[in-house]
Amino acid sequence: MTFPVLTTLIILPLAGAIATTLVSGKRVESVRIIGQITALATLGVTLWMLADFGTGRAGYQFLSDHSWSSDLGIRWIVGVDGISLFMVVLNAILTPIALLASQRVEVRAKAFTAWILVLEAALMGAFLSLDLVLFFVFFELSLVPMYFLIAGWGHGRRQYAAMKFFIYTMAGSAFLLVGILTVAYLHRDATGLLTFDIRVLQRWAPAGLAPATAAWLFAAFTIAFAVKVPLFPLHTWLPDAHTEAPTAGSVILAGLMLKLGTYGFLRFVLPLFPDPTVRYAWVLLTLSVIGIIYGAIVAAMQPDLKRLIAYSSIAHLGFVVLGIFALTQQGLDGAIFTMLSHGLTTGVLFLIVGFLYERRHTRLIADFGGLWKAAPVMGGLFVMTAFASVGLPGFSGFVGEFLALLGAFLTHRWFAVVAASGVILAAVYLLWAVQRVFTGVPEGENATIRDLSVRELTCVVPLLGLSLFLGFYPRPVLDRIGPSVKAVVTHIERSTGYEAPSPSAPEAEESPAGPESEEAE
Amino acid sequence: MSALAAARITTPGIDWLSIAPVAILGFTAVAIVLARALIRKRPAAYPVAMGLTVLGLALAAVALLAQWRRFRLEGPYQSLSGMVAVDGFAAFIGIVVVFATAMAVLLASRYLVRERLDGPEYLTLMLLSSAGMVAMASANDLITVFVALEIVSIPLYVLAAFDRRRNASLEAGLKYFLLGAFASAVFLYGVALTYGATGSTNLTLIGRFLAENTLLHEGALLAGLALMLVGLGFKVAAAPFQMWTPDVYEGAPTPVTAFMASATKAAAFAALLRLLYTGLGSSSADWRPIVWVLAVLSLLVGSIGAVVQTDVKRMLAYSSINHAGFILIGVEAAGDRGLAASLTYLAIYAFLALGSFAIVGLVTGRGDSDSALSRFRGLTQRRPALAYAFVLLLLAQAGVPLTAGFVAKFRVFAAAVAGDSYLLALIGMLTAAIAAFVYLRIVLTMFLPVEEGEAAPPAPLRADPGTSVVIVVACALTVVVGVAPAALVHVAERATLLFRG
Repeated sequence: MTFPVLTTLIILPLAGAIATTLVSGKRVESVRIIGQITALATLGVTLWMLADFGTGRAGYQFLSDHSWSSDLGIRWIVGVDGISLFMVVLNAILTPIALLASQRVEVRAKAFTAWILVLEAALMGAFLSLDLVLFFVFFELSLVPMYFLIAGWGHGRRQYAAMKFFIYTMAGSAFLLVGILTVAYLHRDATGLLTFDIRVLQRWAPAGLAPATAAWLFAAFTIAFAVKVPLFPLHTWLPDAHTEAPTAGSVILAGLMLKLGTYGFLRFVLPLFPDPTVRYAWVLLTLSVIGIIYGAIVAAMQPDLKRLIAYSSIAHLGFVVLGIFALTQQGLDGAIFTMLSHGLTTGVLFLIVGFLYERRHTRLIADFGGLWKAAPVMGGLFVMTAFASVGLPGFSGFVGEFLALLGAFLTHRWFAVVAASGVILAAVYLLWAVQRVFTGVPEGENATIRDLSVRELTCVVPLLGLSLFLGFYPRPVLDRIGPSVKAVVTHIERSTGYEAPSPSAPEAEESPAGPESEEAE
Repeated sequence: MSALAAARITTPGIDWLSIAPVAILGFTAVAIVLARALIRKRPAAYPVAMGLTVLGLALAAVALLAQWRRFRLEGPYQSLSGMVAVDGFAAFIGIVVVFATAMAVLLASRYLVRERLDGPEYLTLMLLSSAGMVAMASANDLITVFVALEIVSIPLYVLAAFDRRRNASLEAGLKYFLLGAFASAVFLYGVALTYGATGSTNLTLIGRFLAENTLLHEGALLAGLALMLVGLGFKVAAAPFQMWTPDVYEGAPTPVTAFMASATKAAAFAALLRLLYTGLGSSSADWRPIVWVLAVLSLLVGSIGAVVQTDVKRMLAYSSINHAGFILIGVEAAGDRGLAASLTYLAIYAFLALGSFAIVGLVTGRGDSDSALSRFRGLTQRRPALAYAFVLLLLAQAGVPLTAGFVAKFRVFAAAVAGDSYLLALIGMLTAAIAAFVYLRIVLTMFLPVEEGEAAPPAPLRADPGTSVVIVVACALTVVVGVAPAALVHVAERATLLFRG
């Protein structure tokens, strides 16, 4: 039997969380060290898994499959493929950074560390589960630590924000659970086997479900994931949750938890309900384009830096959904790439705003000005991140959004055209914010602000470096995403009459074959 | 010789094992009364009564396990000419009831001393009531159901009013008594109508009659069914017969409330399930819509009603109505799956309710009169262990995964979906989100620090051994069942397979 590497990824942070609770609450340092060691160990295992990951293979790797409760039909099935791989990696990277960035958390540091680790475990579980109920378990479970992080260590109206976050997602997942059960029981009625295994269900569902039933189920799953993404008009929990969450919470919320929604579309909605997906793609595309434009405009109006970034997340996630429902190889590639890239850049933005808040205890743009003079390193990094986030070529944001737009352009031209203006709007709100915060003549406390410390640089630089690296050389990521995405697209094509445009740009070496074969027809 | 034997009047043979649990509990209650009368020294009576209670409960549990073992080998059977069904279902509910009674006795052990209440009397009533509950679980005849229902209820009326120095308790007792007596009468009327329509009070015979005959005039049967549902709906605290619940749960002594929420609910649901599944199984098309409405009303009233409450005991009372709605989802699903789901839910809710009310009892403190939400403020700082235990139990009640509450909810939703009741499942999940708001409100209050210059709420009591055991057992079960549900689910399945006399 091979080493259950993926199960380890889920158990390890959980064990770390339990270990921290056993240490006395007064020994803050040892708690932090245990937390950090756990997070780094998880990162190590993840990198080992990444190195071992077979590039060019579409199926699930490192599978492990055990019975959990045979009477209920639930199994512990974990596996990773190109779609989930980089979410797992991102989770492993962001957690130690979130912990490092939270060194200043003095109040109940023990509980804080434990919750962050529980959150890591829950997210790992959600991204790795191939059993629908297991996914649901982790999906719901991730709410609890985030709820406590916001309610316990947040700012201002944290109680309200935490409650709103919890109730919104829980109401959304009401539809998800009923949907999951319905799919499983219809499958059982048809075949006699009660299972929640996505691999089994996705082979059966496209042909096995009646069209009307499939449409209803599509709606149920979509509502749950749309709340999580969040898609306009279900987004109202997000600005509150993001703004009031502690820095580490915001980083993980934006970097990973929102991705649970888009990941849910990719992993469950597209393969299970290809027919309604093709038929109702326009609904999701419309909402995503509205989200892109609306998010950007509202972001530009925000007086609060953190709220600005929160709204920018709505716009970025709009690009992800646009890419997904473009239903092309490029679109899906771009969506997954943007999921990764947004996690890196938005993470940095939230971190720097968090560092600013620690220094000045304000996040209002109006309170800042001319910070560059006193803190050139911080200013430089923030500007770079802003460019990365806007999608300047050379940064990862560009690759992802370009691919998503390209994919959408091939199938839904006008949606792409309107969405492209979102890129310009992004430049407006972020650069305007940079201008108001970092340029000008500093006054008062702004003139004497401390620059980033070594610890803070350690948090920020790796993320930004990765974004830059992937901007120049996206190949390693795209190569690993590609085959799995292709499998999804082929699955949709095979189970519906839909035909995706032939891939071109990312597989440059294959493109000569493309036009020729078309000519032959 | 053989003619002589045939002429002899045959009395029904008594299978003693089938009534052993009920008899043990009943006789223990009588023994306590006797001991109380014989022991001169007042203070000594309480420990003796306590010892007898523990012994009685242990013996009853042994008898139930013996039953379980017996029909696992020989199959379920009926005794006392069909008045009593001895099957997995009855034993399962019986064990839940005995467990809940034991926990409630532990909760009361120090409480009675603290509040200067009469211990032996209290234990007698509790044992009598639980004897009625065990009888109710195996009652296979409407007359037996009614008698058991009264044995359950009358001691409970007294128990609710047990703290007679406190007006709220008296009010709770009176309210429960008046409405309860009314509900019993309504139930009895339903029994009469059903007898008129089917010619029997035996559930098995009613079931057979309805399966083999088509009634030309269904009116009497439907009216009987409706009236019986009213009577039992009252006992399980299902809307729209829930009016008494918040007042009684709030006013009654906290251990009694815990007992009512866990054991009474289980027993009354047992009677309801047996009535609907054995007696009226073939006319499920008639009662499924009624149960559907009851479920939806309970879900909505329970969750929305709880939102506006400011008293934790009242919140938990409404949540108990909400949980009744979830169990009704399982009932509505009809069939083995629904039955197993309801049983699982009842068992899980029993320990969740016991644990929650145990903690509320400690925070409410001496006098047991003020359980306002504000008393929970800052509990995480003052009593972290207690507060986190409550957080766990509340999250479980909300149905968060990896807690027992999720297993319970998952089962009933799975049953509902398998029975094509998609809308009901969806409504259930949405009310779960509303109910989560309530539980989180309590959690948030516990996290709120007490501001300086503000009067801190009175300190919670130190946990006595009995209460500690209850809390620890409840929390442990919550986690164990949540992480490894297989065992409980399996037992509930098996209990269902051993159903039908």
